[in-house]
Amino acid sequence: MENSSSSSIVSTESEKNSVLNLKETELRLGLPGSDFLGKKAGTGISLFGKDLKNEGNNGFRQIPLKNLVSGAKRVFSDAIDGSGKWGFSMKGGSEVDLGNGGSENTNALQSCLAGPSGKEIGNPNPAKPVEEKKNENNSTAPASKAQVVGWPPIRSFRKNTLATNLSKNNVVEEKSGLGCLYVKVSMDGAPYLRKIDLKTYCSYAELSSALEKMFSCFTIGQYASHGLPGQEHLSENCLKDLLHGSEYVLTYEDKDGDWMLVGDVPWEMFTDSCKRLRIMKGSDATGLAPRAMQKCKSQS
Amino acid sequence: MAYSFPEEVLEYVFAFLSSDKDRNAVSLVCKSWYEIERWCRRRIFIGNCYAVSPQIVIRRFPKVRAVKIKGKPHFADFNLVPEGWGAYLYPWISAMARSYPWLEEIKLKRMVVTDESLELISKSFKNFKVLVLSSCEGFTTDGLASIAANCRNLRELDLRESEVEDLSGHWLSHFPDNFTSLVSLNMSCLGSEVSFSALERLVSRCPNLKTLRLNRAVPVEKLPSLLRRAPQLVEFGTGAYSAEIQTDIFSNLVEAFSGCKHLKSLSGFWDVVPAYLPAMYNVCSRITSLNLSYATVQSPDLVELISQCPNLKCLWVLDYIEDAGLKALSSYCKDLQELRVFPSDPYGAEPNVSLTEQGLVTVSAGCPKLQSVLYFCRQMSNAALIAIARNRPNFIRFRLCIIEPQAPDYLTLEPLDTGFGAIVENCKELRRLSLSGLLTDRVFEYIGTHAKKLEMLSIAFAGDSDLGLHHVLSGCESLRKLEIRDCPFGHKALLANAAKLETMRSLWMSSCSVSYGACKLLGQKMPRLNVEVIDERGSPNSRPETCPVEKLYVYRTVAGPRVDKPDFVWTMDEDAALRLS
Repeated sequence: MENSSSSSIVSTESEKNSVLNLKETELRLGLPGSDFLGKKAGTGISLFGKDLKNEGNNGFRQIPLKNLVSGAKRVFSDAIDGSGKWGFSMKGGSEVDLGNGGSENTNALQSCLAGPSGKEIGNPNPAKPVEEKKNENNSTAPASKAQVVGWPPIRSFRKNTLATNLSKNNVVEEKSGLGCLYVKVSMDGAPYLRKIDLKTYCSYAELSSALEKMFSCFTIGQYASHGLPGQEHLSENCLKDLLHGSEYVLTYEDKDGDWMLVGDVPWEMFTDSCKRLRIMKGSDATGLAPRAMQKCKSQS
Repeated sequence: MAYSFPEEVLEYVFAFLSSDKDRNAVSLVCKSWYEIERWCRRRIFIGNCYAVSPQIVIRRFPKVRAVKIKGKPHFADFNLVPEGWGAYLYPWISAMARSYPWLEEIKLKRMVVTDESLELISKSFKNFKVLVLSSCEGFTTDGLASIAANCRNLRELDLRESEVEDLSGHWLSHFPDNFTSLVSLNMSCLGSEVSFSALERLVSRCPNLKTLRLNRAVPVEKLPSLLRRAPQLVEFGTGAYSAEIQTDIFSNLVEAFSGCKHLKSLSGFWDVVPAYLPAMYNVCSRITSLNLSYATVQSPDLVELISQCPNLKCLWVLDYIEDAGLKALSSYCKDLQELRVFPSDPYGAEPNVSLTEQGLVTVSAGCPKLQSVLYFCRQMSNAALIAIARNRPNFIRFRLCIIEPQAPDYLTLEPLDTGFGAIVENCKELRRLSLSGLLTDRVFEYIGTHAKKLEMLSIAFAGDSDLGLHHVLSGCESLRKLEIRDCPFGHKALLANAAKLETMRSLWMSSCSVSYGACKLLGQKMPRLNVEVIDERGSPNSRPETCPVEKLYVYRTVAGPRVDKPDFVWTMDEDAALRLS
């Protein structure tokens, strides 16, 4: 891990002085384009403490963390495109080269931070600015925060137990950073169950075609094609077709433990509350039908 | 006229001194007292395994029976210390095996323990009784098998929160059939199933068993059988507390628990099915300690349980308890001394439960004996902290973790300086403090001014400048351990307060602004400190001196620089420049 940049580091006295004066800025973590730095308090993480430029001033800048993560990608691809800044900004040259400009500052700083894991070099993937060695559950959820190593301060044993709890209960919520939602699917008469990840579908139509593939003689596929595009829940017509034309009904168990007919509620609400699916024989489902019909009536 | 007091009498008197502080004071009186004391010291506590060497310890204290050693810095718990950093037990064991054949107790925290070490322990110390491995790692269940097989007089085997490579549950079966001395067994951190019949037989034949903490793999229906064989149990940890509700399991549990008239502490409760909790109700009135921090139970069920425990002194729980549950806690458990609330979903972007600062305010108001708190939450205000401080001036440990770094007072958007200031000002006996949220140098001024009894301080994402660090180093007279991460502290405060570092056990700074040059200077100035730079980017010599180091660990030592450093650790001293070039 060599520093190939020494030749481009100019270490004159004045530079050193300016470095010392700018010492406060050396750890300000920003990214190219200072418009990046939001001024709202409490909305993000400044990974190296506050903006030290504003020493003595209680104001500070925070970087919205989402931007931080996606921004990191830009930094590295910029760098790799040969912006010319890459060379000197490896491991430590950064401090000397810090100027007032946002991009130089940040590019350099980024690389200084990136140093620890050699993988960032030449790697266009958005590595997080602070390396997470034990990358548990955070890599798949863009909506959740990027994680700082060792924060919040929870011991590994506890973290691992939490993760196991969440997956065991099958109630994995997107907001927790785990990007999958596996539920069991059973079909009356079938010798074994299947498991599907609800997060891989965005609509009832997709779900039904997937289930159709898994279990033959499955009816939802039929009425989904009747549904209007963009319509998230089934219309009265579709349900009528379903009940009259088919042998099976798709139901699900919700968070309260009740068995519901699939298709009544908007897709997101369904995935939030669905714990397992059951493809029920039509004859068993007659109890559900009248209520469902009434619901449809009230909706249309 | 020579005056001499018979050695034997002095020795007899010294035997009543248990605290290290007292014994150290006694050693300083005169040479003969030093000599007498060192021959009769039986227990040693080594707070930092690199502060002293096994040889030095053994030379001074030749007749030790119990050692307690701590290794890695506290932040190792949160993955801030790279793998392979150190804290190896083996050199200690091999030295003690030769010199302390009568060693009975080894208690370790954050050390790397190998199977080889465990085997050596089991074979070297004939009267070995107590092994406590807290947050240790590096060993497998094979090592445990050696201990089980060879330590004929073992009383305690406690693996709390250690990382064990779990090859199989077979180790437990290595306890010989005539082994009956077990008093305490904590295997809660293990994954594999042990032979249940071996466990049953072990429990049956050890009449003095007081503590039994099972691992997750022991299912709830097996618990009654164990409890019936050990009605004398004082501390019990269940395994997975879940199964489909069956009335016979439930009634067996009720009966088994009722037989345990001495139970004071309960833990475990993985995968809890709330319907099984009432099985414990008839022991709850005696319960003083409850660890529900792995129990994913909602607030109403928690409250049901807690309301049956009027003598509760210590509660560890997940934030599912919510503010409402904490309110109930504060009304039912007036004896509460310690509360820890852990986050159930720490990485979620949004709160998943209704737990706020209000819960802590309520508990601080309602529980007059509350002295130790660890609280994870998502919002805090100065007003709340001030109220908490005024309610509970008797805090000795206050650790607050607001999950979002640098979160300000959510009501005023100001820093939380005044809130924490109130804590240190009112809680005059405060020994341990962990800060979080948005904090400026101001809070450190308050801490330096008021926190005179503070021994351990943890700081993250806080402060503005070196002035903050200076306040702490110059003001906190009792400070022993200081750990800092991601703060804008450079070298100025460190160098100005270098002498202070010799009065402390250790200082940890990571992701701060301390330059390599400053570290070298500190190392040169202070020969009795080990100033260690941890940097995984390669030798700090390959970067300018002004470049900040990744991590810095400074500690006082009489053992000189470490000889077992990995290649990412450098010791700064007079020879540093020569050695590194």
